Amino acid sequence: MSQEWIYSIVFAAWLLGAAAFVIGLHRMNSPATARDGNRLSALGMTIAVLTTLAYLITREGGLSVAALAIILVGFIIGGGAGLYMARTVQMTAMPQLVSLFNAVGGGAAALVAIDDYLRVVGTVEETISTALFVVLGVVIGCVTFSGSLVASGKLQGLISGKPIIVPGGRIVTGGLALVALIGFVALVLGAGGALTLETTVKTVVLFVIIAAALTFGVTMVLPIGGADMPVVISLLNSFTGTAAAMAGFVISNPVLIIAGALVGASGGILTKLMADAMNRSITNIIAGGFGGGEGLVAAAGPGGDVREIGVDDAAIQLAYASSVIVVPGYGLAVAQAQHAVRELAELLESRGVDVKYAIHPVAGRMPGHMNVLLAEANVPYPQLREMDDINPEFERADVALVVGANDVTNPAARRPGTPVSGMPILDVDHAKSVIVIKRSMATGYAGIDNELYVNPKTGMLFADAKQGLADLVAAVKAL
Amino acid sequence: MSQDLLYALAIFALAILVGFEVISKVPATLHTPLMSGANSIHGIVMVGAMLIAATADSPLSYVLAFVAMVFGAANVVGGYVVTDRMLQMFKRRPTAPKADEVGGAPAGSPATTPPSGS
Repeated sequence: MSQEWIYSIVFAAWLLGAAAFVIGLHRMNSPATARDGNRLSALGMTIAVLTTLAYLITREGGLSVAALAIILVGFIIGGGAGLYMARTVQMTAMPQLVSLFNAVGGGAAALVAIDDYLRVVGTVEETISTALFVVLGVVIGCVTFSGSLVASGKLQGLISGKPIIVPGGRIVTGGLALVALIGFVALVLGAGGALTLETTVKTVVLFVIIAAALTFGVTMVLPIGGADMPVVISLLNSFTGTAAAMAGFVISNPVLIIAGALVGASGGILTKLMADAMNRSITNIIAGGFGGGEGLVAAAGPGGDVREIGVDDAAIQLAYASSVIVVPGYGLAVAQAQHAVRELAELLESRGVDVKYAIHPVAGRMPGHMNVLLAEANVPYPQLREMDDINPEFERADVALVVGANDVTNPAARRPGTPVSGMPILDVDHAKSVIVIKRSMATGYAGIDNELYVNPKTGMLFADAKQGLADLVAAVKAL
Repeated sequence: MSQDLLYALAIFALAILVGFEVISKVPATLHTPLMSGANSIHGIVMVGAMLIAATADSPLSYVLAFVAMVFGAANVVGGYVVTDRMLQMFKRRPTAPKADEVGGAPAGSPATTPPSGS
C-alpha cells in the first residue's frame, strides 16, 4: 500500500475515534446510558491510540527503537500511575484527582507544543500560524498545569483552602500576563519576518513565556477560596481541552483538534452553569472571591431567636412524618456523612416515611458531586431530585432535614440587595418544619447569616453532620 | 493562510458547536462524571506525544516526548477508570440488601478498556 493510502486509513480511524467521543459524551446524558457512553469514549481513545502506533510503525522510515521505548515505557509508567490512583481514590477525594489528571493533560499539551517549536525554530517550517498556535498551546497548557496542581492541593488540604492574598499579588499576575503577551507578539512577529531574532533568542523567549505562564497559573488560583474550586477546576478543564486543540493545530492532527474543541466547549458550558447557579460571574471568581470556603469565619449571631432542638425531639419528628426531604450540602461531604444519611433514610423508609433528597446544582464540591457521593452510599438515584423538580414538593413535606447546606437554603436570596440575591435556592422554608444539622452558627462562603435558621419552624441540631446523623439513627431505633 | 490550516480551523469551529450541543443537554446529576469524562477525552493529547516521540532526534526532545507520554497516559487511563468507577455507582436500587454495608468503594472495580499501547 502506498503511504498516501495508509495515511487515509489512519485519518479515517482518527475520525472514528472522534465520533466515538461525541457519541460517548452524548450518551452521558442519562444515568442509564452514561456508563456505556464513557466506555464508548474509551473505545474511541483505544482506536485512536492503536491506529497512531500502527501508523508510526508502518510509515516510511518506521519507528526507531528509542521512540518505541519512549512510547511503551511512558505509557506503562503514566498509565500505571493513573490506574492505581483512579482505583484507590476515595470518592470524597474525587475532585482533586480529576484536577490532578487535568493538570497532567495540560502539561502534556504544553510539552507537545514546546517540542514542536524547538524542532521548527529557525527552519522554513517556522510560520506565523505555527508560532501562534505553539505559544497559545504553551501558555494555556502551562497555566492549566500549575493552576490545576494548586487547585488539587487546596482541595487535598496541602495548601490552605482560604484565599491566599499577597499584597500586590494582582500587579504580579498582571505583570506575568504582560510578559507572556510581549513574548507572544515577539515570537509571532519573529516567525513572520517582521522582527529579526536569533534562534537562540527565540528559544529563550519561549522559556520566559513558559515560566511566566506557570507562575500565572499559581497566582491565579491561590487567591480563590476553596468553595469556588469547582468552578475553577471546570474552567481549567475547559482550558486543557483548548490547549490540546492548539497542540493539534501545531502538529496538524485532526483528532486532537476535534477532541480538544469538544472538551473546551463542554468545560465552558459546565463552568457557566455552575457559576450561574452560585450567582457568581466567572470573572468575579477569578478576580478572587469574597469568601473563604472551608475556613468558615464565625459571624455575629443572626437577628432573631434560634430554636435549638434535641436529638430525641428531632428523631420523633422524623419518625412520625409521612414525608421527609433531605437537603445535603457541602458540610455533609466534608464530614463524609453520606453513609450515615443513607442509613437514616432507610430506617425512616422502613417505618413507612417517604424520603427524598433535594440536590442543589452546586451541592458538594463539583456540580453533581453530591449525586456521586450519595450514589456511592447506595442511595437509589430516583430518590435524588433536582432543584426545580423538588421545590414544589417542599410545601407538602412534613420535615426538611438540612445537613451541612447553608447558602443554598437562604430565603434572603429571594430579596435583592444581599450577596446571595438572585441565586436559585431550595425552598426549604416552605416545608411544615425544618431540622438543620450544623456544627455552629457560622456563615457559609457568602459570609451572611441564613434567615432560615431564625425561622420559627426551624429547629437547630448542633452537631457534626456524621455524629448528628448517627445519633438520630440511634434515637429513631430506640422509639 | 494555507488551505490545510483553513480546513483545520473549520473543523475546530464545528467541533466547538458540537460540544455545546452535546453538553448542554446533560442533567446536573451527571455533571461530575461528565467533567471527569471530558477530562479523559483531552488525554487524546497522548497521540500528540506519540507523534513527537517518533520525530525526536535530540536528548531534549526525547525527554520532552517521554514526559508528555507519561502525562498523557496518566490522563487517559486514570480519567476513564475513575469515570467508570463513578458511573458504576449510579444504579436504580441497591442490588444487595442492607447487610453489605461497606464503608468505601466496591473493591473490584470492573475492568474498563484502557487503551493499551502494545
